[in-house]
Order: sequence, then structure tokens, then C-alpha cells
Amino acid sequence: MVYNKRVDGRKIDELRPMEAKAGVVKNANGSASFKIGKTWAIAGVYGPREVVPRFMANPKHGILRCHYTMMPFSGSGERIKPGRSRRAQEISMVMEQSLAPVVDLSAFPNSVVDIFVELPQTDAGTRCAAISAACIALADAGIPMKDMVSSVAVGQVDGAVVADLNYNEESYPAIVSDIPVAMLHNTKEISLLQMDGEISKEDLLKALELAKVATEKVYQLQVKALKEKYAVNNEDN
Amino acid sequence: MSELLVQERSVVVPGESLAQGMDFLPGDNAYREKDQIYSKVLGLVSVSGRVIKITPLSGPYLPKIEDKIIARVMDITISGWRFDTSTAYSAMLNVRDATTRFVKKEEDLSQILAIGDYAVVKIVNVTSQNLIDLTMKEPGLRKISGGRIISINCQKVPRVIGRQGSMITLIKDKTGCDITVGQNGLVWIKGTQEGELMAGKAIKLIEAKSHLEGLTEKMEKFLGESA
Amino acid sequence: MIVNKETIAELAKENKRLDNRTLTEFRQPILIETNISWTAEGSARVQIGETVVMAGVKLSIEKPYNDTSDEGGIMVNAELSPIASPEFETGPPGMKAVELARVIDRGIREAKAIDLKKLCIEAGEKAWFVIVDIIALNDGGNLLDASGLAVLAALKTAKFPVVDPETGAIDYKQKTEKSLPLTKEPLPITVYKVNGALLVDPSREEEKAYEARLTVGSDAKGTISALQKGGDVPLTIEEIGKMVDLALEKASFLRKELTKGLKLK
Repeated sequence: MVYNKRVDGRKIDELRPMEAKAGVVKNANGSASFKIGKTWAIAGVYGPREVVPRFMANPKHGILRCHYTMMPFSGSGERIKPGRSRRAQEISMVMEQSLAPVVDLSAFPNSVVDIFVELPQTDAGTRCAAISAACIALADAGIPMKDMVSSVAVGQVDGAVVADLNYNEESYPAIVSDIPVAMLHNTKEISLLQMDGEISKEDLLKALELAKVATEKVYQLQVKALKEKYAVNNEDN
Repeated sequence: MSELLVQERSVVVPGESLAQGMDFLPGDNAYREKDQIYSKVLGLVSVSGRVIKITPLSGPYLPKIEDKIIARVMDITISGWRFDTSTAYSAMLNVRDATTRFVKKEEDLSQILAIGDYAVVKIVNVTSQNLIDLTMKEPGLRKISGGRIISINCQKVPRVIGRQGSMITLIKDKTGCDITVGQNGLVWIKGTQEGELMAGKAIKLIEAKSHLEGLTEKMEKFLGESA
Repeated sequence: MIVNKETIAELAKENKRLDNRTLTEFRQPILIETNISWTAEGSARVQIGETVVMAGVKLSIEKPYNDTSDEGGIMVNAELSPIASPEFETGPPGMKAVELARVIDRGIREAKAIDLKKLCIEAGEKAWFVIVDIIALNDGGNLLDASGLAVLAALKTAKFPVVDPETGAIDYKQKTEKSLPLTKEPLPITVYKVNGALLVDPSREEEKAYEARLTVGSDAKGTISALQKGGDVPLTIEEIGKMVDLALEKASFLRKELTKGLKLK
């Protein structure tokens, strides 16, 4: 039985509706809101600024530090107790690794760029939304970057290779594989790759090819969010 | 053969392709990868002959020698004061560079500059680790008292000052305020309450709209209406 | 904006403020949106000037406490996330967050704004417990009043989730039409004393220049349900009377804003 009609009616390579906006947290040096389906991430960038604690400072270049937090009321079930969970710690770390390849902090030794991501509501694909939001926020902050990073989950649901799994698909009663991917736009290199579930090598390679197309859609939105902020007819500023 | 892929003054994002081919050269905030030139920052395209550079729309301040900045005293040491420059890097001002008069050894330094005081200072040295040395001895440099300080992105400072100071002079004239612009994005405004408010708004307007056409006209209109 | 505290104090003496507001004026815009989070049983986003906060209500079924076996419970928690200000640090809530949460909590709990007995499902065994979480998203000053408004908006629009009648399990993905038993609508307003003058809705700079402050929680009838004095300088009884008057007046103003905001939905 091959999954050919998705639970929410989308085509297999179709992403959920997305919305992105730059400059949403006024105190931050750069910020962005990124929504994909019902998953919503708000990112705020502070820095380069002094590193605290001091022992973390790198005398050769600035460091990137991500802080991923799901708001207590953002989980699909019970309240999430505030405090750093192991999952949030791991996600924060892979976020740093997914963005570090493009960020150039060589002109800022002994400094840190802090990226805070808060999620008011979630429906799968949270780390991908967080990375996509963080990248817009970094660009909004004027941090030197050689490229943009776009992120979305691909995977396999009951034999079909799909893009952007929602919560119902992640927990679909069949063999499922959920693969968050982050991709650099120009080189198509992958800076985040994780997987939950099971998949064959052939399907994995198919999924990664699909990721090229899927992340390109995210990229278009990230660019739009940044350029819209400075558009001629935007009188909001 | 070679092709420019973007227009002058268009907004580009990091990694966006600017030009194809070897005839173009990457300027500030641009880089070459194989035969393409890309942007390294969110900013405006600026083409000058064969050189393509990007003017950032926002971004952190990099301390430079000779820059006049506005900074806040955060610590008093035996030999002077340590300043918070609103960047990742603190700055040191030695007593002998603070004033031309003779300062006795036991003198209470907080009488000259206390913790929390702001001052207009100048950068005289920057190390490879971006540690900064300051002076306050030259004309125009002093402790700040009265007025208000606003903060803008340092990338907008050139627009706030204007060509040969034309923009800042316009704002000073129309609001009757004394205005000192620090290269690190802090701006000290001193005048009447209404004047300071208007000057602050005018500067924030420049920060928001400087990438658009007709900035001078916009500012004249804004200041004319509010005067 | 950065200013000397002296400048703010001088201006206050002349009934003036840095942004030309009167001492009793709230910033604009005031934006109130509810149901902003589909995973929360109730939620709101409040913006006052540049201050932005979100509040979310989560409900769960627990065993009641021994001494109140026929009652549910309510708790308010606040996270001043470092996303909101360069001055906030990561880690557990600091003093500012704890005070903010507890003052709003008392305004609701001690006023008995929620009928806790109506939250009881089975005495001694099961009752509904309500937790409201406040998340600061941008600190432009006056986080407390903005948070109090967000909490009230979230509680007013919250709905019980569906409970499976056989298993007793909560299906958080489905909401009923049933609202929380809110008997009163408490709202906190903080009045600041700056150089002898009284003002409301301070910006971040004004918050650093005050001598004393008084948060007054009140309900729609004008009954006071919470008080918290802050700051090192003591207040006279007369000053407290004036501050309470001002707080009640502004609470009435914010309630009108809330009504407007809820109508838009």
C-alpha cells in the first residue's frame, strides 16, 4: 500500500503554506518570524557581543551560539515544563552546525553572536523552521555570510518520498522516516542531516534530491522576507 | 562574456550572484567563487567601474583608528577608565589621555569620569584582538552631560552625516540642537525638549529610509513640517 | 534611546516625557490578538508601543491538593527570554521574572477570579489545573502591565479541551466550547514615581529612572486585588492614594482596549 494521497491533501513534493517576515523583534540586532503550516519560529540575533562566560571566547574568530526554546504552550499535548531539555540542547547544537559553514566571524575575535529562537506553536519540522528563521535573522543583523541556509524536512511515508512532513505524517501508522535537512543555497551542500525512522539507501538519495527542490522554495521566501523589509513601498519602517 | 546580474542600488542577500565572468572584481562585502561574484552581506549594490561592492544595510561596528565614538564608563581602574562601546569590545582610556591638566596620583578619578557617564572619545589604537585605546584630549572630545543619546545602526552613520556634513547640518539648523554622531552609531543630541525629539525622529527616519531615493527631499519635508 | 536619569527626572517635574507623551498616557499602538497559538488552550499576544509579550494557557487534570480537595488550581509563570532584551540572561527566571509572575498570579488567585471549585471534576481525585505562561518577546518597558493584559485576554478566550468520557484522557487537539469559570477580570497597572511626579507605561529608560513604583491589580468594579510596591524610596499614604486612583483609571482604559481587541476576532 503506497501512500499517494497525503493526510492533508498535499502533493508529495508540496510544502505547507509558509510565511516569513524580517525585523520583528525591535531590540534585537536582527530578527525574523518563519511559519510553515502550523509550526512557527521567531528568531532574534544579538551580536557580535562580548562572550559570557569568558572561557568560551575564541581569539581567532567570533562564535555562534544558538538557543532553541519551545514555549510551554507550544507542544501538541501537555504543557512543556520550562528549562533546557536535552532535546532543546541537541537542537541548539545542530542549529549552530547548520549555520556555521556560511557565517564569517573572522573580523570579530573574542565575540559571540547569540541566536534565540522561540516557538509559540509547533506541528513538526520545528528545527527546520528554527534554522530558516535564524538565517533570515542573521542576514537582517548584517552578519557577514557567504550564502543563505534553508531548511525543511523530507522523508518517506509508507513507500512515498515526501517533503515537509507534518505531525500526523511523522506518527503515521506505517514505516516512516523523518529527515530534517538544511542546505546551502549556492552549492547545495548539506549542513544539517538527521533522521528518525527507517529508510532504504535508494529512498534516502531520492529524498535528498527532493530536498534540493524543497529548500529552494524556503530560500525564495527567505529572500522575499529580507527584500520586502527594504522595499520602496513599505512604509512600515 | 562577462555579465552584471544585478542593478545599481538593488537590495541583495548574502550569497546572491552579482556578476558572471572574470571582468568584474569583488569590492567590499563581495567575494569571488570560480567565475562568479557573490554578496557577503544583506546590502545595496554599488558598481564603480569593474568593482562591485555591497553597502550593508545594517551590521556590527568594527573599531577603526581615528574614529570618534560615544561610549559609557563601565569601570574605573588604577590608570584610567574602561568603556562600553556598544560593541563586543571594551575600550581603555588612560588618565594621561583624558585631560591636559595634571592629575595627582591620589586623585579620585570618578571626579573626572564616573561609572555610568557617557563621553565623546576618539580611537587611537586597535589591536589585532580588537582591543581599543582611546583619547579624550582633543577638541570636541568630552564628557557628555544633558541632552539625550539615541542609538542607530552604525552602517547608517554616513547617511546621517551626509556629504560634507550636509545632512547633519540640515538637522542641526532646523531643530536648533547640538548633535554629535559617534561612528559606533550612538548619537548625542542636546537642545530643547521639542528640538531633541524632532532631531531624534529625523535621525531614525534616515536610518529607516536611507536606502530609498530622494532622502534629502524627504528630510527637508519632515523637518519643514515639524518646525 | 539612552539618557541620564537626571534628564528624565527634570522632564517629569515639568509633566513632560522624552517622547512627548503626557504622564498618564499609554504608548501607541496597543494591539491585542487572541488565539495566536493553536497548541494552547487559550493564548494572546499583546503589544504596547514596542513592548511585545505572549501568554498561553495550558490545562491539565491532576489530583487536588489535600487541603483543597474540591478545588482545581491556577499558576502564573513568566519567562523573560533573552530574545526580548540584551539585558536578559539565559537560565531560570531571575528576580524580575519571578516578581512579575507572582504579582499577576496574586491578582488572579487572591481575587478568586477563577472559581476553583468549578474546576473540580471529582473531589479528592481529579480537578482541572490551569497554568498560564508569559513569554516576553520585546522589552520596550512596562512588561508587567502588558503581561497582565495578555494573561487576562488568554484566560478570557481559553476553552477546555475535549476529554474522552471513557478513558478520561485529554484530547488536546480538540477544544470544547466551554470557557474557564472566570468570575472577575483582574488587571494590573503599575504607577511610577519619578522626581515626585506620577506616570504610567514607562519606556525602558524611564523604568531605570524611578524612585518608587506601585502595581495595583483591580477588577472591573474597582476593587483592588493585588498590591506591590517596588523601589528604594518610601511612599506617603497620600501618594499611595493618588497612585491607586491613577491605576484604577488606567485599568478602565485598558479594559476598553481589551474589549475592542476581542471584538475584532
